[in-house]
Amino acid sequence: MTARVVLTADDIRRAVRRIAHEIVERNQGLEGVALVGLRTRGVPLAERLAAAIEEFEGQHVPVGALDIGLYRDDISSMELRPRIQPTDMPIGIDGRRVVLVDDVLYTGRSIRAALDALTDFGRPSQIQLAVLVDRGHRQLPIRPDYVGKNIPTSLQEEVDVLLEETDGQDEVRIVHLEGER
Amino acid sequence: MTTEPTTQTTPAIPAGAKWTRRHLLDVDELSPDEIELLMQTTDAMKEVLSRDVPRVPALRGRTIVTLFYEASTRTRASFELAGKALGADVINVAASGSSVEKGESLIDTVRTLQAVGADALIMRHGSSGAPYLVARHVQSSVINAGDGWHAHPTQALLDLYTMRAHLGDPSAGSGQALRGRKVVIVGDIAHSRVARSNIWALTTMGAEVTVCAPPTLLPAGMRPGQPRSEEPLAMPPVRVETDLDIAIQGADVVMALRLQKERMSHGLLPSTREYATLYQLTERRVAAAATGALVMHPGPMNEGVEIAPAVASSLQSVIEEQVTNGVAVRMAVLYLICRSRA
Repeated sequence: MTARVVLTADDIRRAVRRIAHEIVERNQGLEGVALVGLRTRGVPLAERLAAAIEEFEGQHVPVGALDIGLYRDDISSMELRPRIQPTDMPIGIDGRRVVLVDDVLYTGRSIRAALDALTDFGRPSQIQLAVLVDRGHRQLPIRPDYVGKNIPTSLQEEVDVLLEETDGQDEVRIVHLEGER
Repeated sequence: MTTEPTTQTTPAIPAGAKWTRRHLLDVDELSPDEIELLMQTTDAMKEVLSRDVPRVPALRGRTIVTLFYEASTRTRASFELAGKALGADVINVAASGSSVEKGESLIDTVRTLQAVGADALIMRHGSSGAPYLVARHVQSSVINAGDGWHAHPTQALLDLYTMRAHLGDPSAGSGQALRGRKVVIVGDIAHSRVARSNIWALTTMGAEVTVCAPPTLLPAGMRPGQPRSEEPLAMPPVRVETDLDIAIQGADVVMALRLQKERMSHGLLPSTREYATLYQLTERRVAAAATGALVMHPGPMNEGVEIAPAVASSLQSVIEEQVTNGVAVRMAVLYLICRSRA
């Protein structure tokens, strides 16, 4: 098993700041914008985006946390570690522009589940998607609006996103799984 | 929405937490990590229940059957609500009104329910061990909703969840959430599946358990003057006290059990009134417990017998909350069990 670093801590910091600018630009301000991170690592990324936006614009953007475990359709893939944590959506999302935030975009199935979950909380006027890494291999018609970095991968590879808040350091690695999958 | 980092308010699920069980027959088989995983999954289920439309598609397409050979209000209803909130189809079968009345055996009944596609059988039976027998004969998951005097695991888990919510240290590791907390269970310990499952659950999570009852209502291995049962599966060590006024001193939780009327007819107690005099949770007795101690009761209550009405409805009482938490805990159980059999 070999690991290769594709984003360093500085790369991640720059990507987050760029996406923060893009969110403000695309939405022509922050009116009605809310960030919703997907558990686990989408949540600290959403909080970093909110902090960066607040630094540039002096405006506070609400942040929610969504757990999609109860909405997944690929039941068998996560069975032995069925971690479910509470969703935290303390403000209404009706009529808001919601930016979903996740670490890696892969098959698109997590995002499909997130769209279902979000719909249970209300009817946003728009849903956008921000990801730190887009690794390709989509199985559903889903595309991101904001991408930290496009990283072409093979199916024999795994993308590991490490974040300070959850893993003690900032780094994105590609791990080559030999003979697996 | 919060500006505080959300990740900090949610304790990490223990790294070793896995769920591989097909059945839930008792809590004595659960590890501290498994209980902690169940508790944290329950936190997520509480959030679902707090929504305007408390329903998620997690178990869509699954069929859950409740099979009750004994009367029940809250357990059956809360399992049904739990299944429906997770999007499962729930079928209720009561022994009365079913083919059981025509003499169908337990095994034949459960095989029939399996044949119609039951993924999980939630079962209550008057005979201790009945769910274990069923689990050996079906492919469906079996969840014990109370068997004889033996076990009532989901009641113990909801009691544990309620205590953990009020007294627990969320940053403590598995098996530590109730470390050092004093829990008194008062009532018919000998015939109570609730007491037995609670003793296992509480000691697993680090609580110090005292049981309190007249000697006739204590199980054989616990009566004063008798040697403790050496049987390894008997029960974990607990303090035994026959005087409630002594037992209750400094307690963080006081749990009263229902006194079943048939205990009197079988000569185990002289009278309900004498029991009430010595063992009722009264305001005076609860005052001797720790400040803010929780008052609990698994229901249904005989107010004026094992618990004074004023105590049952006092601010310290979390009896209604126990019922509410019951739905969330049963959602967590159903979710973990049904997902593990995908």
